[in-house]
Amino acid sequence: MAGDIPAPVVVRVQTDDFDSAAETARLTGGHAAAAGAIVTFTGLCRDEGGRLSALELEHYPGMAEAEIERICRTAVKRFSLLGISAIHRVGKIAPGGNIVLVIAAAPHRHAAFDGASFVMDYLKTSAPFWKKEHFADGSEGGWVDAKESDDRARGKWA
Amino acid sequence: MTRLVYFAWVRERIGKGEEDIDLPASVKTGADLLRHLKTLGEDYAHALEHETVIRIAVNQEHVEHDEPIAGAREIALFPPMTGG
Repeated sequence: MAGDIPAPVVVRVQTDDFDSAAETARLTGGHAAAAGAIVTFTGLCRDEGGRLSALELEHYPGMAEAEIERICRTAVKRFSLLGISAIHRVGKIAPGGNIVLVIAAAPHRHAAFDGASFVMDYLKTSAPFWKKEHFADGSEGGWVDAKESDDRARGKWA
Repeated sequence: MTRLVYFAWVRERIGKGEEDIDLPASVKTGADLLRHLKTLGEDYAHALEHETVIRIAVNQEHVEHDEPIAGAREIALFPPMTGG
């Protein structure tokens, strides 16, 4: 890791929307010269072909933040990141709305891409959040099932 | 007393988000806990029907079903996670 300043790790769970440009500026503020690459990932709520009116995100307060922070700190070490932010929204989110933001800053692009991808792959399978669907016709759908493809995506980092 | 917390469809099927219960001394692991809870009523039996699907966290950290839960302040039961 460049310099003696610990890489900033920013983790938040919130109902409010986030501004990825503002979060990027906040993360890289102290490392503007060292970071040659910033990868920003935003996960959005799909409308599933017009069927969906909202996703409702539930989380385990305390553990959700702690688990994301563990994942982020692992990513900082593994990919020598200069900083990482992970912000996850909870509550009802309409199609097109933001769900999750991950920003990885590194000296070079590969570490930034890998860092962001690693955090998302682990977040999806290890951070205690659950999605419930609400349909456009007013009915309450079911809880979203976990996907094997997400487990496989995480497995590739083992 | 041990605090139990439930999330997502585990919470809905059991019908509450949290409770404090006295665990018998025979409950030593996460798997023991699931088996014990299933004896407490139909709601529990339904929620925990597929034991291997249920994820367990002790004091807000993931544990495997065969790990000891002795001395836990808070034990959480929930379905596989679907955030992100």
